[in-house]
Amino acid sequence: MIQEKRSKRGALLGLAASILVLVLVIVLENTLAPTSQLFVVLKKGAVYSLVAVSMNLVNGFTGLFSLGQAGFMLLGAYTYAILTVPVSAKDTVYYLFGGSAVKFSLPDLFGGVDTPTGLILGVLLAIILGGCVAAFFAWLIGLPVLRLKSDYLAIATLGFAEIIRAIFQWQALGPITNGANMITQIPTFNNFNITDESGKVVFRLSAFFPMLIMIICVALIVMLINSSYGRAFKAIREDEIAAEAMGINLAKHKMLSFVISSFFSGVGGALFAMFANNAQAKVYTSTMTYEILLIVVIGGIGSISGSVLSTFLYVACSEWWLRGLDMGSFLGIKLGLFRNGFRMVVFSVVIMIVVLFFRQGIMGNKEITDLLKPRKKTKEVAK
Amino acid sequence: MEFFISTLLFGISVGGQYALIAIGYTMVYGILRLINFAHGDVFMVAGLLGIYLSASFPLYVAMPLVIILTVALGFCIERVAYKPLRSAPRMSVMISAIGVSYLLQNTATYVTGGQPMIYPTLPFLSDTITVAGTSIKWVVVLTPILVVVLVILLTQLINRTKVGMAMRAVAKDFETSQLMGIKINSVISTTFIIGSALAAVGSMLYFTNYSSVVPTVGSMPGLKAFVAAVFGGIGSIPGAVIGAFLIGICENFVKILPFEGATTFVDAFTFALLIIILVFKPTGLFGEKATDKV
Repeated sequence: MIQEKRSKRGALLGLAASILVLVLVIVLENTLAPTSQLFVVLKKGAVYSLVAVSMNLVNGFTGLFSLGQAGFMLLGAYTYAILTVPVSAKDTVYYLFGGSAVKFSLPDLFGGVDTPTGLILGVLLAIILGGCVAAFFAWLIGLPVLRLKSDYLAIATLGFAEIIRAIFQWQALGPITNGANMITQIPTFNNFNITDESGKVVFRLSAFFPMLIMIICVALIVMLINSSYGRAFKAIREDEIAAEAMGINLAKHKMLSFVISSFFSGVGGALFAMFANNAQAKVYTSTMTYEILLIVVIGGIGSISGSVLSTFLYVACSEWWLRGLDMGSFLGIKLGLFRNGFRMVVFSVVIMIVVLFFRQGIMGNKEITDLLKPRKKTKEVAK
Repeated sequence: MEFFISTLLFGISVGGQYALIAIGYTMVYGILRLINFAHGDVFMVAGLLGIYLSASFPLYVAMPLVIILTVALGFCIERVAYKPLRSAPRMSVMISAIGVSYLLQNTATYVTGGQPMIYPTLPFLSDTITVAGTSIKWVVVLTPILVVVLVILLTQLINRTKVGMAMRAVAKDFETSQLMGIKINSVISTTFIIGSALAAVGSMLYFTNYSSVVPTVGSMPGLKAFVAAVFGGIGSIPGAVIGAFLIGICENFVKILPFEGATTFVDAFTFALLIIILVFKPTGLFGEKATDKV
C-alpha cells in the first residue's frame, strides 16, 4: 500500500517535472539565440539519454551484458533515413546507384515534409518502424546468443553490431542503403520549426521534439520496469538460478528485455540520424557503444534518472563546457597543453576515476524520486 | 596459383600476428576471467612507441625499448585498473578494461593529433624475397616461424617452471591457490608482462605489413585476436595460436572472394565465425568444459 502510494507520487512528480522541462525548452528555444550550444546539448542529450536508458534496461536491470547498442542504433537510423528521403531528392541522394530501390517516402505519402500532417505522421511512423526493425533483428540474434553467459554475450553482441555495420556498407545493397555513402536530405529536427510563408522561422520546436520523444520513451521504460515484468528482470539480474526456481521463464524474459531495449535503441538511432542530418554506417562503431556504456556507468547501473542525468552532464561537458580544453583556453587559463583532443583525455581520466573509486556512479541504483522527501521541493529538473 | 600461394602466405603471416596478440588475451582470460579490452590498444601504443622511439634512437636501441615500455604499460594497467577491482563483480572489471581502452585511444589521439603515423621500415623484415614466383616481404615468412618458436618457449615456461605451475594453479582455482601460498598478484603481473611483450613483438611485425598507425588501429586486431582465442578454446595457448592462424588465412581468402565488395565482409566474417562457435561449441577447439555450480 505504501509502496503503491510512493510510486504514484513518483509518477506524478515525474509527469510534473517532464512538463516543466518541456515548457522550459520551448521558452528557452524561442528566447535565446538559436546558435547557442545549449540546443546542441539538449538535442544530442535527448538522443543519447534514450539510448543510455535502453542500454540500462538490458545491462542494468536484467543483468545481460550486451554491447550491441550501436548496431541497433544503426538499424533504426537507416530504416528512418531510407523511408524518409523525399521522392524528389532520391535521384540526387542515390546518384551513384541511379536512384533508390525504395520508390516511396513516408512523409510524401501523407502530403509531403512541408505539411504538418506529412511531417509528423511520416516522421513518427518512420521512427517507430526504425525501432521495429531493430527489435526484429534483436529477436533474430537473441535466439542464439542470449543463452551465452556475461562476457561471451558481450563479445557476441559486439560482433553482431560489426556484422550489421559491414552489411550496410556493402556496395551491392547500394540502391537501398546507398553503400558506404551517407543518406542525406532526410527530415531533421529543424523541420519541426514552424515557419511562415516566406520561410522565416516564427516558432522553434527543434529541441522540443527530441525531448518529447525521449520523455515518452523513457516513461514507457519506467512503466515497464515498475511492472511485474520489471520485477522479473531484476530477479534475473540478482540471481538467474533463484529466479528460475521461482518460476520465471528465463529465456522469455531475457528475450523480452533484449528486444524492448533494442526497440528503443532503434528509436534512438532514428533520432540520432535526425540530429546528425544523415545516416552513415561508419559512425556506429563499437566506440559509440563504449561511450554509451560509460555514460550508463557514470549515471549508475540500474538507475534510469541517473542515466538521463549523466547523459546530459556528459554531453554538456563534451559539447559545451569543456570545449575550451580543445581550443587553447579553459576558465581563462591558457596553456600549450590545451589543444585538440585534450578534452577527451581529461574525460577518460574522469571516467576511470568513476569506474575505479565511485563504482556506484551518480545515483547507484536509486532514482531521483527516491531521494525526494514529501515536503522537499523538486530541485533536479532533469527527469 | 601464384595468387593463391601469396594469399595463403599473407594469411599465415597475419594469423601469426593475431596469434601474438591472442596469447595475451587467452592467458589473461584463463587467469582473471576478464576480456582485456585494453589489450588491442596496448598493441596500438606499442606501434606508436615504435614510431616515436625510432625517430630519436637507432633501431637496435629503439626496438628493445619499445618492448620494455610496452611491458611497463601492461604492468601499470593491471596494477592501476584491475587490481583494485579484484573482489568486484566481473562486469565492473570489464567496464574498467573498456575505460582503459577509451583512455589509451583518446591519449593517442591527443598525442598524435589524430593524424595517421607511418611506421618506420625495419631493415631485413621489409626486404622482399621471391617465393613460388611471388615477391613478398621477409616478415611474411618470418612471422609464423617466430610465432612457433615463441609458443614452444611459452609452453615450456608454463609446463616446466615454477611460475608456470603457479599460473596453471591460479587459472584452475583462484582462492585455493592463494591458500597454497601462491602470490597471485605477482602471477597475474607476470601474465600481463608476457602478454604485453608479445603484443609489442606483434606490433613490430604487423606494422611492417600495414604501416599506418591511427589511434583506433588496435581495436580490430584486438577483437580478432580475442575471437581467435575463443575459437581455440579460451585459456589454451596452442588453441589460440591455431585459431589465430585459421582466422588470418580465412580472412585473406574472404578478401579475394569473387563477388563485389567482398573486402567489406572481412571483419564481419570473423564475427560471424565467433557467433557460430559460441552457439555450437562455446568451449572452442581445445577448451575445457566448465560447469556452473549453484
